[in-house]
Order: sequence, then C-alpha cells, then structure tokens
Amino acid sequence: MFPDSKIPEGPLAEKWDKHKFNVKLVNPANKRKYDIIVVGTGLAGASAAASLAELGYNVKAFTYHDSPRRAHSIAAQGGINAAKNYQNDGDSVYRLFYDTIKGGDYRAREANVYRLAQVSVNIIDQCVAQGVPFAREYGGLLANRSFGGAQVSRTFYARGQTGQQLLLGAYSALSRQVAYGKVKLYTRTEMLDVVIVDGQARGIITRNLITGEIEQHAAHAVVLATGGYGNVFYLSTNAKYSNATAAWRAHKKGAYFANPCFTQIHPTCIPVSGDYQSKLTLMSESLRNDGRVWVPASKETAERLRKGEIRVSDIREEDRDYFLERKYPAFGNLVPRDVASRNAKMMCDEGRGVGSSGLAVFLDFADTIKRNGADWVSQKYGNLFDMYAKITGENPYEQPMRIYPAVHYTMGGLWVDYNLQTTVPGLYATGECNFSDHGANRLGASALMQGLADGYFVIPYTIGDYLAQTPPKPVTTEHPAFKQAEAEVRARVQQLMSINGTRTPDDFHKALGHIMWEYCGMARTAEGLQHAKAEIQKLRREFWSDLKLAGTEAEMNQALEKAGRVADFLELGELMVDDAYNRNESCGGHFREEYQTPEGEALRDDENFTYVAAWEYTGDNRASVLHKEDLHFENVKLTQRSYK
Amino acid sequence: MAGSNPNAKPMNLTLKVWRQKNRNAQGSIVDYQVKDISPDMSFLEMLDVLNEDLLRQGEEPVAFDHDCREGICGSCNLFINGRAHGPEPGTTTCQLHMRKFNDGDTITIEPWRANAFPVNKDLSVDRSAFDRIIQAGGYISVNTGGTPDANEIPIPKEIADRAFEAATCIACGACVASCKNASAMLFVSAKVSQLALLPQGHVERKSRVENMVAQMDKEGFGACTNIGSCAAECPVGISLENIAILNREFLAAKATSNNLA
Repeated sequence: MFPDSKIPEGPLAEKWDKHKFNVKLVNPANKRKYDIIVVGTGLAGASAAASLAELGYNVKAFTYHDSPRRAHSIAAQGGINAAKNYQNDGDSVYRLFYDTIKGGDYRAREANVYRLAQVSVNIIDQCVAQGVPFAREYGGLLANRSFGGAQVSRTFYARGQTGQQLLLGAYSALSRQVAYGKVKLYTRTEMLDVVIVDGQARGIITRNLITGEIEQHAAHAVVLATGGYGNVFYLSTNAKYSNATAAWRAHKKGAYFANPCFTQIHPTCIPVSGDYQSKLTLMSESLRNDGRVWVPASKETAERLRKGEIRVSDIREEDRDYFLERKYPAFGNLVPRDVASRNAKMMCDEGRGVGSSGLAVFLDFADTIKRNGADWVSQKYGNLFDMYAKITGENPYEQPMRIYPAVHYTMGGLWVDYNLQTTVPGLYATGECNFSDHGANRLGASALMQGLADGYFVIPYTIGDYLAQTPPKPVTTEHPAFKQAEAEVRARVQQLMSINGTRTPDDFHKALGHIMWEYCGMARTAEGLQHAKAEIQKLRREFWSDLKLAGTEAEMNQALEKAGRVADFLELGELMVDDAYNRNESCGGHFREEYQTPEGEALRDDENFTYVAAWEYTGDNRASVLHKEDLHFENVKLTQRSYK
Repeated sequence: MAGSNPNAKPMNLTLKVWRQKNRNAQGSIVDYQVKDISPDMSFLEMLDVLNEDLLRQGEEPVAFDHDCREGICGSCNLFINGRAHGPEPGTTTCQLHMRKFNDGDTITIEPWRANAFPVNKDLSVDRSAFDRIIQAGGYISVNTGGTPDANEIPIPKEIADRAFEAATCIACGACVASCKNASAMLFVSAKVSQLALLPQGHVERKSRVENMVAQMDKEGFGACTNIGSCAAECPVGISLENIAILNREFLAAKATSNNLA
C-alpha cells in the first residue's frame, strides 16, 4: 500500500485553504519547546529556518559552506515566476498552475502545483518587503519578462542575478533570527546521516569540515533543504560542492526516492572545451527572449565553419536554420527547456553543430543589437555577456554565442506528501531536494519560486501538524540510535581513509559522469541503461577497492569530503538508471528513444505511466522496490504537449 | 573556434603556494611545477590539476575555497601575484582564465591576509566575521507573511538600480585583502547603502548603521583611510560611493542617536 499523499479533498482552488484550517496548531507558548533541524541554507533552507524561528521554534541550521549565503541558489540567474498579472496580459493563478502542469508533461500532482501558483504572489510581496531590489519600470513599479513555456510575462528578476538577490533576502531574514538567538547556525558542518528513533526522525550526525569532529544533534523534526543531485553527471551547471549525500542518507534510512531519472538538461550552457573542465556554466534562459537560436542549414556549411574555412558572418541569412522558430512558430525560441535541448542535440546529431567539437548551436543577438543597440542589450544581459566573454575569450556582442545543453536541475528527489513530509515521520524535504512540483520537466524561473514557497509559506504550516502530535518534551542524543548512527558514520569515514588505492575521488566521479551522460542523459534506451547499470556496479566496486586519499580524517580534508559524496553518487546513479529503465515512455526531460512521435517529440504512455515512481531502499547491493503513486488529473486534460 | 587564441600552446608554470596545516600552525610558501596547462582552463581548474597530481603521489592537496565557479557565490578568494583574484580587473578567481598567463610564468598564490580572516588551512580562510556583521543589522525586520502588495511601494527606477548595484556584493573579502588596513568598509557600506536607499529600509536606518559599524570594529577590521584599493580590486565593481553613503548615514545616525553606547 502506498503511503498517503495527504492531498486534501475538495475543489482544487480550495484545497490549501481548507488544509491550513484542518491542520493542527502548536500554541505560541509551546512552540519554544520544539527544536527543528534545517539542513541546507539555500532558498528553501534559509527561508524555512527564518520563518520557523519567527514563529517561535528553536532552529538549528546547518550548511557545509563557510556562510549560508554561498548556497547554490545564489547562482540562479533569470528570475522567479509569480501569478501577479501586473502586466495585464491574462495571467492568473490558474494559468501558472496550468503552464506548470503542462510544462512538467503531466507528471506532477495537481494539488501541489496549484498551491505553488497560489503562494507565488506572496513570495514577491515578501521579498520586496525584505529589500530585494527587483528590476523596476520608470514609474517605479515592478518589471517582468517572459520565460520558456509561458505566453505571459510573469517573471520577476534582478538583472541576471535574481537567485543572488532572493538568497540574500532569505539570508538576511535568517541572520536576523541568528542575532535573536532563535537560530543556531552551524557553518562548515556537513550532515552525514539522519537519526531515526522509534521510526521517527530525531536528529542528524554531522562532520565539522574544519576539525573533522563527528557530532550528534537532536531535534523534534528534521527538514532537508539540501538541493538537487545534478552533479551525479560530474559536469553540470551545479556548484562543485552540490551533492546528494543528505538526501541519499535519508533514503537509506527509509525515505522513498521519487522519479530519480527526471533530470533537466538546460539548453543554453557554454559548451565543454576540454577534458580538464570542472563544471559547466549556464547562460540564462532569459537570453532566449532576445537571442535567436540557429545552426547552418546544411551539413557542408557547418563543416566548413568548424574547420575555420569560413566565418559566421559569411553565412547568408537564407543559409541559416532558426530551427526552433521553424518548428515551433507559436513559442519560437521560448519553447520549454527539454524541447529546446533535444532539438539542439538533434541538430548536432545531424552534423550541423558548430564550434570545434561540433557540439554547439548559435545563440545570436545580432538582430536585437541592430534593433535596440548594444547598450540596451548590455543593460539587460550585461553580466551574462561578460561571463561568456571571460570563459570563452570571445566577444558575444560581435559574434553569436555558442551554446549546448547541460545538466542543470533534478526534478526527482525525496518523495514527500502534501505536507512535504517524507515517508519517515518527522523528516521533511523542501526545495529541489524533494520531487514535488515540476513533474518531468521544470519551467524556467520556477525553481526559485518552489524553494521559497516551500520555505516561507508551506512548511511553517505543515510542520506544526506533526509537532502538535509530538509531546513537547526535550529531545536529547541519549537514545542508542544516536550512538549507532555515529558509529556507522565513523566507520564509513575510516573505511574511505583506509582503502589506500591509486585513483582519486575526481577520477571516479568523472568516470561515473561519462556513464550517466552517455546512457542516462538527453536520450536513453533500454539497452544502454542496462549497460550503464553494469558499468556503475563495476565502477562502485573499483571505488571501494582503489580509492586514494591523503591526510587524515581529523582535519580539513577536501578530498575526503569529495570521496564521501562520490560514494553516494555511485549508488544514486544506479537508481536513476533503474528508474529510467522502468519508465517505458518519454516525458519531459526523460526521453527514451524507443518512445517518440514521428516528429521526434516525446511520446507519453498515460495509460501505464501516469504515476510517481517512488523507490524504497532495501539494502546494499539489493534491488530497490518500486512503489507507484497514481496521479489523478481532475482539472487538466492530458494531451500531447504542443508548442507549435 | 574554442577559446580566444587557437594558436595558444599548453603552458608549464611554477607555482609558489602558501601551505599551512591549520589555524595555529606556522605556514610557508612551497614551490610546485604544473605542466601542460591549457590556456582555456580556469585558474581553479589549473589548481585542480595540481591537486590531482599531489593526491596521486600521496601528498595532501592544497585546500582552497570555491563552489559555483561562476563568479557569484563569493567562495573563491586567492591572492595571486600580490592581487586579490589575480591580474584581471572585475573578475573573481574562478572566472580568471589561464590565457591571462604565459608559458614559464611563476605564480604566487596566497590566502587573504587579515586578522579578522584567520587561515583554516592553506588557502582557505574563515570569513564568518562578515556573517556576524550582517547579523548585527544587515536586514529589514519583517517576518514572513503580512507584507503589503509588492507594487504598493513604488521605487524610482534610478534608486532601485543603485540599490541593486550595492546589493551585488558577493562577500568574497577581496576589499579587505586589498586594503592596507584590512578594512571592511566597502563590504559594510554596500549593505548599508542598499537598505538606506530603499524606502523599506528607512525605518531601521539609524540603528542598522550603528550596529553594523560597531560589529565591524569588534571583529578587528582596520579603519578606512580612503585609499580606494577596495573598490579598485572588487570583482563585482562595488563603488567607493557606498563608503561615502555609509559615512553620511553613520554621522547622521550618531548626531541624532538614541543609542549613544
């Protein structure tokens, strides 16, 4: 029997309000008797920690960074969606809900997505009150722009660094609670396990990254806001430290992992330039508002360009193929990310790619610069253009950018119910760490929205329902479960230190990344996935017999930190492959080559796969058990997504 | 097409790197050779190459802070050839590319040097003093919920843009590292300016600047003597004008202060 997703009864638009009324409350005087651990201080974590502390709970906030402000939310560029309809262009809560469900290729829960759209409007109010300097019009009111998968302008932004400004807003709220003593902040502290007491989450085990000390922390509830697992691919737009360890440890302690194969490949990233490459850099989707995506119309022209026989400017207008505008006239360059990525790959597979590797397409601003001038472009996208120039050594004002898809976001994550609680009572997951709102593909500018929705406006209500049913007695680390979890963490750290082989953590990570990108990336096949599974198992055995580390565990040891994360990626990678193999359909970012329309679009199988795949861990090297949460669409009719 | 200079050849470099076991240990400069460095590599990717070599030989890799490698998280903080974030203006260490160096170069790499930023290990320093300054008042005191509609507070575009410019500080600490006094004035002023410019920030304007400046002094940062190397070396172009705004805010607050502590 699948755990109850706790979706409230009643009409879609009333579910959240009714639920807020029906959940139990903790009275103000009792709130101070409850301790809550929040792991991660990005948008989802900082907003949750601050909001819970404001309510009166005692919060302990953990980050492996030196400051909460370093969390990878800070790198989000383009913007945050909200159904404000400030532009009078027909937006509404229902339209944002509809766009998100459709964008996610009908693999998300209606009730969760509707709630997300509802609270989106509160987020903007909250952020402005905090002093977040969103872009404004000359009249002093807020500006908007449009993003992929939508035909309205509902994206709020702060030049190309919206994530930074929103995170600094949440960080300021968190800092205020630290000053009040309501949040105790643990920096450079990494969670390495969750502690379960009598079936309920009651604490975590951490490692101090400066001293190496292993420590126990107890609380009445634990919130994981630890981000996504895109770095399983090694090369991604994620920050270097971004990892799956907290979520994976929770999974191994009983939390189901949902839709692990749903990964988002972002269409506009700077292409790989060499084997030494350590990460990929995103060029914001907002660039597709004004940039036009194209490749040479013929293979021959593309080849001459790659060889340097001709220059971009030599290619006449009629010899260029603006393939997104051609194939999707209604949405043009603003089709959703999965569609844009897949088409870029198709062009390159046809031999029409550009750049020395042939794995790139052009994003061209020449028309916009001609129409509005370089200054206008600089005002809007200056920092992105500068970043491109620094990385590639090319001037994007003078020649088109080269872009290629890269792993960017993971829609999958810990399974949570409507309250954002995992299958372990007392253990919650918010933001990218959970699977909840984006289905098989996330729309641009919706990650910031979800992280802040969960942290500011959902978890403060829903966690009270659980705590109200938990006696307000002090929690301690005295239970033997703490000692046992700590012993396991120590044993694992010592095991990693004692292998004394020949290969570095990065070496294994790169090898895993190659397997994942090749077989579980933009296009997947049953055969390839089976091959990948065997390869990952082999690599995992090699890891545990041939890993090389140096130094000791009782000091700052960045290679050891890395090794622990890679060890978990090596297990999660296999589950992603299993999930992709199980899902015999194409939907959103999950493209199985066997399942496509004659035009090469994703072909869903609604009859058999309209469900959330939630995987239960059953032991090391044992097959995970699949549980299915059926998705019910009562308001939206399932159709083939069309952006034509 | 890849990279700026198709003729650029791989480089061999000598690195002089600060190694220090922990906060209390004595540190020293150690020389390393790195070979076949591509001009298209980022500076940190070059250090990755060094660290992989070291680890394979069973030596401890060089500890350094980094994360997003996109110039926005503010983690990376290397003092390269005597300059914060190296030779290229307006650039964080992670966005510095090896095409700015030449084959045969010797490159000196040190951590930020400031009493308020103790060394954790090698090139990693403790910048938690910045967090404590923000905790002292770098916020607007609003709880979640109950805020007015976002468009109820019109803000002139010019003001919003200036507030945004100040708000883009990434708290890397280059300003402190570049200042002969190790002053944190540019960092503090950026937050004070952002919130003083915006109408939402006016309510707590006085207490904010007083508390943040008091905490800055408590952390052991030096005084500002208006040299301006902070702004010159700031990777995101935080303007010196912010320090003028901070000084004005501070004087105005002190002149009318209820909090004469």
